[in-house]
Amino acid sequence: MFKKIAVLALMAGAASQVQAQQLTVVSFGGLNKQAQEKAFYQPFSKANNVDIEAGEFNGEMAKIKAMVETGQVGWDVVEVESPELVRGCSEGLFEPLDWSKLGDKKQMIDSAASECGAGIFIWSTVLAYDSTKLAKAPAGWADFWDVKTYPGKRALRKSAKFTLEIALLADGVSQGQLYTVLATPEGVDRAFKKLDQLKANIQWWEAGAQPMQWLVSGDVVMTSAYNGRVTAAQKEGHPFSIVWNGSLYDMDSWAIVKGSKNKALAEKYIAFANRPENQKVFAETIPYGPTNTLAIAQIDPKVRGDLPTAPANLKGARSVDTDFWIEHGEELEQRFNAWAAQ
Amino acid sequence: MSSVPPYVRFRGVQKSYDGEQLVVKKLDLDIQRGEFLTLLGPSGSGKTTTLMMLAGFETPTQGEILLDGKPLHTVAPHQRGIGMVFQNYALFPHMTVAGNLAFPLKVRRMSAVDIELKVKRALDMVQLGHLAQRYPAQLSGGQQQRIALARALVFEPSLVLMDEPLGALDKQLREQMQLEIRRLHRQLGLTVVFVTHDQAEALTLSDRVAVFNDGVIQQIDTPKALYEHPCNSFVAHFIGENNALPGTVVSVSGAECRVRLADGSEVGARASTALSAGEPTSLSIRPERIALNVPSANSLSGRIEELIYLGDHVRVRLNVAGHEAFTAKVPIADMHDDWLAGHTVPVSWFSHDASALDPLVHH
Amino acid sequence: MSEVSLTAIDHSTDKNASLKQRLLRAEGSYRRRSMLLIAPLLIFLLISFVLPIGNILWKSFDNPEVVRALPTTLLALQGWDGESRPDEKVFVALVKDLKTAKDEGQIPSLIKRLGYEDGRYRTLLTMALRKLPDDGVESTSRSLIAQSTLWAEPSTWRSIQRAGRTLTAYYVLAAFDHQVDAQSGNIVELPKGQALYLSVLMRTLWMALVVTLLCVLFGYPVAYWLAKQPSSRANLWLIMVLLPFWTSLLVRTAGWIVLLQNGGLINHSMIALGLIDQPLQLVFNRVGVYISMTHILLPFVILPLYAVMKGISPNYVRAAVSLGAHPFRAFWSAYVPQTFAGVTAGALLVFIMAIGYYITPALLGGPGDQMLSYFVAFYTNTTINWGMAAALGSQLLIIVLLLYWVYSRVTRPANPAQRA
Repeated sequence: MFKKIAVLALMAGAASQVQAQQLTVVSFGGLNKQAQEKAFYQPFSKANNVDIEAGEFNGEMAKIKAMVETGQVGWDVVEVESPELVRGCSEGLFEPLDWSKLGDKKQMIDSAASECGAGIFIWSTVLAYDSTKLAKAPAGWADFWDVKTYPGKRALRKSAKFTLEIALLADGVSQGQLYTVLATPEGVDRAFKKLDQLKANIQWWEAGAQPMQWLVSGDVVMTSAYNGRVTAAQKEGHPFSIVWNGSLYDMDSWAIVKGSKNKALAEKYIAFANRPENQKVFAETIPYGPTNTLAIAQIDPKVRGDLPTAPANLKGARSVDTDFWIEHGEELEQRFNAWAAQ
Repeated sequence: MSSVPPYVRFRGVQKSYDGEQLVVKKLDLDIQRGEFLTLLGPSGSGKTTTLMMLAGFETPTQGEILLDGKPLHTVAPHQRGIGMVFQNYALFPHMTVAGNLAFPLKVRRMSAVDIELKVKRALDMVQLGHLAQRYPAQLSGGQQQRIALARALVFEPSLVLMDEPLGALDKQLREQMQLEIRRLHRQLGLTVVFVTHDQAEALTLSDRVAVFNDGVIQQIDTPKALYEHPCNSFVAHFIGENNALPGTVVSVSGAECRVRLADGSEVGARASTALSAGEPTSLSIRPERIALNVPSANSLSGRIEELIYLGDHVRVRLNVAGHEAFTAKVPIADMHDDWLAGHTVPVSWFSHDASALDPLVHH
Repeated sequence: MSEVSLTAIDHSTDKNASLKQRLLRAEGSYRRRSMLLIAPLLIFLLISFVLPIGNILWKSFDNPEVVRALPTTLLALQGWDGESRPDEKVFVALVKDLKTAKDEGQIPSLIKRLGYEDGRYRTLLTMALRKLPDDGVESTSRSLIAQSTLWAEPSTWRSIQRAGRTLTAYYVLAAFDHQVDAQSGNIVELPKGQALYLSVLMRTLWMALVVTLLCVLFGYPVAYWLAKQPSSRANLWLIMVLLPFWTSLLVRTAGWIVLLQNGGLINHSMIALGLIDQPLQLVFNRVGVYISMTHILLPFVILPLYAVMKGISPNYVRAAVSLGAHPFRAFWSAYVPQTFAGVTAGALLVFIMAIGYYITPALLGGPGDQMLSYFVAFYTNTTINWGMAAALGSQLLIIVLLLYWVYSRVTRPANPAQRA
């Protein structure tokens, strides 16, 4: 009996080697993942006879850390935000990348080719509202605080990151000075003081789909949101508008989990995802800015205006300061939690 | 009955639970003050329902119940002042014995001093003064029974209802408690309505017994009358041991009648129910009223099937007039040595010891 | 009876010892076999409960970051008096350690850990790492102090020493809103803007208490009503009570959002009926959390209550009524006390489950309605501060154990017979 099972197991093992290779790619779920399936997973598996096991997570580094520490690495490629990328890279959770295998580094925008990460796209946190419900279009975060002109609840992401920046921008701090001010204790106090004014009117979201639902149900009149979500909602016919002024953009990157058993395949996948023609498909599916400079020109002009990287949209925008959040993140999140819980 | 107005009166009472079947079909019953009345019957005969209606936990579907001349439905159950002893006692498990006894006094807002005094007196009455601080679960069955009794009496009700209170006790304890209940009944001048399915208990305790069957009182009488002069076959069978011989009425003259049995022999009997010649009947004779080897007017011959020696008497099972389970109880002194299974002996009784009753419906 | 048995025991006392031994011998093999039978369960309990819980308790004191990253520095600091500026060799050791740590990827955890002692150390170390003095430099201490005068302060080094112990009270202190002051080394309360967990703990207990009370309040009549139903109908209704268990917690919680939100069914209907003009805020606040948690936990109080009530004869209330108590009083003093066992069992179950609730408050509450578990999850997943997560988890565990102890003391029956 046991022999039989052992033989069967051996045969199954041998069979799986003949079959397609497997690569586990874990990204943030939702619309973003759908777009990635279309732009990257499906064409890649077709072209290379690879089964892509597509997972989802919320960017919790805890899982990756646990995998690396126990040596049970089940994930190969992960999508991470910038602070996690940098932190994970220096903690040794990600494999250092050999850019000679990942395509032309020169085609990529500056920060997209880093030690452990290959940029996937630029996304932005924007102000969104239901244009049929507001008499006057808000112009920026200062209007977000104007509860007289725009009565009702507003939604913000429940984290110090973004919230503190938004508070300072609303308080009149310029984009250029944003992180300089926030790096001082006075600047942090100023942000929290500004938030105090609006606290009673804020409903906090944690998942990207929530603020869109709340706009639809009328629970909130304005919200911070990921730009891709807003455009997707617009495509579904919701009359939502985006205020690009004061938007905060950041990059998501691919990283290979340290100890991945399919490192070579993972590199092949990242190289595939770096190609302009694939990034074009992605950006046309969900309007996040490509990291390959050659891709921009190929994108449908109608879509181009929706991208965070469109020159008009970049005008009032500010990139999220990764180093700042690595250094101050935990402290500020702790204080934010304490503040929010009161 | 008597000129004294009854203490409790049921008038045309009916009760149905489901709107289809009557559990109590038609009840007219008077209970005198100071009387010990037992409601006796098999389960489902309506006796407990009758008691529950009196207690106020069930409402008659029709008819009324008068207590001391007042219609009972005008008084809320908790204001009736009727003491009640339940099956399995229903002692409050979370209260001590003293707490249980004090409960009816507390709800009557008596002073603490009075309560203490009365609780003590009630406990002494049942000789359990030393158990005041125990919890019911720490008492034996007999002790719980006494406490339940004491609790039902502590607030000095004049009417006490008991719903099969001795059912859970073993035989010895039950007999002891029966004496105790009798003593308390006399001593306190209570009116007691007692429900049981145990006929011996009913005979032991009661002034009168109401025999229930099928929602109707079959007979209500003193224990002696019930036993000696059952008014129908059900009562004759339900109370005590009974020999029933099927037959046909030959003639009736006043309270006497002649009955022809299955084997053709003719015997004399009391005509207990209205019977006329030609009607089928069931002859009922108590085993202890039967004599063997004493030829008399009502003499048949019986073949001995079995003899059981019981010390004070001998039980003889005979085949009489084709009836195989005919039993006679013969005092030891009257026993003959040649009574052996298979022998035939003369079987006789006095005419006035046999009752011609309604024919048995054979099951 | 009792006398007879007493004398019987008296007679056999001299043989008792050997009898006991014989009994043990006779039952020994039986006991060993039964142990063998439950061994899988014991091993399962050990692996799935005792070890993880022990691990969590350990993690709330475990302090490996600095020990691992700065071994030579800590060694060099051993001879230091703790008051003056440390020797040059300490600075040299630090730079050497930092270089090794950088290669081994230990820097982020080191910075994180020292940052807990004082936030300024993050910047201090980041700066030092950006410009580590070369081996050939004349004075390592001078070049570091040139970057920041914090390096000259003994308190910095004392903090490194403190963070360099193998065990730390930092997480447990923080879980109770206290910390060791970097300058003085005293245990002090966290400043007002940062203190959080004591109030969260109080809130957790309070919310669990409110939910428990609501569950008992709503569950008691339902259980009573169920117990009064004929068995066949009661079984059907019990299935209805259990029905929510067949759907996932997440779905039930999400269902409440749909019902309670501003544009949701409840607000919609009430506006349509003209009961209110403006939608009521029923979700993303305490109200929503209470409603949903009560709904989800209600069966846990109904079921034990039903079981207890089913066993209570209706005769008790009747007896009380016959003794002259008004039906309400009869119910209250003859029936309710007998259900206490069910109430406490159900309430304890609900309370202990409520205390650990996470998903429901996270989805239906605002930031002011989050319970302790939310922060355990936050530290586990978001900031990867497992020490803090473990300390908060242990806090919850210890409080549950304490409450259980109090509960078992309070409810210990006065008479031994009732325990049966």
